[in-house]
Amino acid sequence: MYEFDWSSIPGALPLLGKGLLVTLEVTLTAIVVGIGWGTLLAVARLSSNRLLSFLAAGYVNLFRSVPLVMVILWFYLIVPQALKGLFGQDIGDIRLVSALVAFALFEAAYYSEIIRAGIQSVPKGQVAAGLALGLTPGQTMRLVVLPQAFRNMIPLLLTQAIILFQDTSLVYVIGLSDFFGTAYKVGDRDGRLVELLLFAGAAYFVICFTVSRLVKHLQARFIK
Amino acid sequence: MAHLELADVMQRYGAHTVVDGIGFHIEAGVIACLLGPSGCGKTTLLRCIAGFEDIAAGSIALDGELVSRPGFKLAPEQRRIGMVFQDYALFPHLTVADNIAFGLKTKGGERQQRVAAMLDLVGLSGQGEKYPHELSGGQQQRVALARALAPAPRLVLLDEPFSNLDVDLRERLSLEVREILKKAGTTAILVTHDQHEAFAMADEIGVMHEGRIQQWDTPYNLYHQPANRFVADFVGQGVFVPGTVLAGNRVQMELGILESGVPVECSAGCGICGKGCGVDILLRPDDVVHDDKSPLQAAVEHKAFRGADILYTLRLESGARVLSLVPSHHNHALGEKIGIRLDVDHVVAFKRTPAA
Repeated sequence: MYEFDWSSIPGALPLLGKGLLVTLEVTLTAIVVGIGWGTLLAVARLSSNRLLSFLAAGYVNLFRSVPLVMVILWFYLIVPQALKGLFGQDIGDIRLVSALVAFALFEAAYYSEIIRAGIQSVPKGQVAAGLALGLTPGQTMRLVVLPQAFRNMIPLLLTQAIILFQDTSLVYVIGLSDFFGTAYKVGDRDGRLVELLLFAGAAYFVICFTVSRLVKHLQARFIK
Repeated sequence: MAHLELADVMQRYGAHTVVDGIGFHIEAGVIACLLGPSGCGKTTLLRCIAGFEDIAAGSIALDGELVSRPGFKLAPEQRRIGMVFQDYALFPHLTVADNIAFGLKTKGGERQQRVAAMLDLVGLSGQGEKYPHELSGGQQQRVALARALAPAPRLVLLDEPFSNLDVDLRERLSLEVREILKKAGTTAILVTHDQHEAFAMADEIGVMHEGRIQQWDTPYNLYHQPANRFVADFVGQGVFVPGTVLAGNRVQMELGILESGVPVECSAGCGICGKGCGVDILLRPDDVVHDDKSPLQAAVEHKAFRGADILYTLRLESGARVLSLVPSHHNHALGEKIGIRLDVDHVVAFKRTPAA
């Protein structure tokens, strides 16, 4: 019978807290950059300019068709090597930066699909109304379509954020100490892997479940 | 120079010609209407005028400025044309006041003044801080109108603006909208399939069918002097009854001899119908009058009670049918024979085609 020993957790809390900060940093960066870049991609994909639309579609399809772990490894192993070859100097510890870039670019593909659906959910008449009032197509998109699209999308965007929060744990493949990575390392060091993983799992559950309840609540408020 | 001028405008979707050589012009301040059954091309034509559609041939000029021709289209946002949409297309994320202010280029106090003036014009003063979904359908409609009028457009287009409203409100609002447009002095084009709406709102009506204007005229003339069988059939109720032209502007019909004040002219533009010419006479329900003393009898085949009056469908001896509008206290049973006579002010005749 396995004997649980939770004693190594209190001492590891500061380290775990630091790890959680890394997790949040990756998550928030990916959300902010992902939504910004994803919006541009969505608009490009819906644009009447064939080339723009083709390039955006290619980007989205590429990132949606490869595993996230692989993208993280690309940006850690391959891209820096290529940059090194170009600039000829060592770049130092790039684990965090490469994770941020990988997540932001990867998530943008998913966000762009959500945003595209959101834009398409706004009736076409709204665009016509904007143009008829003398706004340029760009202003119409910015002032009429996107505000309504984002309102409709809030629950979906938040759900995607929860998935993203969990997915950041994949950075352990490049040895970055996020919340999960830290828990793993501490458990390994103290020989208490089971306890640390159970604890980390419980922490993920509490955070994600709380946020998803919040999303449900928002959904009830927005969809009348 | 006319305010809006269309010449030979054509628009195709693939091989299908939707707008087929339309030309008309409207003077400033006039409210015109494009009236026709669904699929006649009226909404497409409206979208061409607004600049949402390219045109395949012809030209559109607004205020002397060419805005559309094949291969060139002034962008909708540069035309200064206001639009009121079927579903209003109000911006749900903005307040009523912000909706109305949306197309305004001015800032600050001037902007607020204009919004207040518009709210006042459409009778919604003090409702500016509400959101569109907090208003009734009729109020939303008026916000849409205020929003379209706020930037002082050169032309306002209304696309089936009342079709989402119930019948009572539709009638009241169409008169209200007309008053608002007239007060603002705006030139406007309304698109509808509902002739009551067209009659209530418009100074001039273009009846459209199969991509063409069948007749461009005042509501009165459309009803009393339809240019062809389609217009006669589509506008108002009525039936065609055969007759033969006699000497002296008279027409021999089953219902007796119809006297016309002027020579019987064939309405489709084929000139004067001489003696012996076979014609179809358009009889409106108000042309056939119920008269107990009349020797002419017809059997009640169908009746539609309408409150103030009853619309009877009557069968003549020959089997031909006519409609008659009779005050509703003359309540006759189905199958009963009642006396009728003709009381025709405007004789509308079409030369009979062999097929008809």
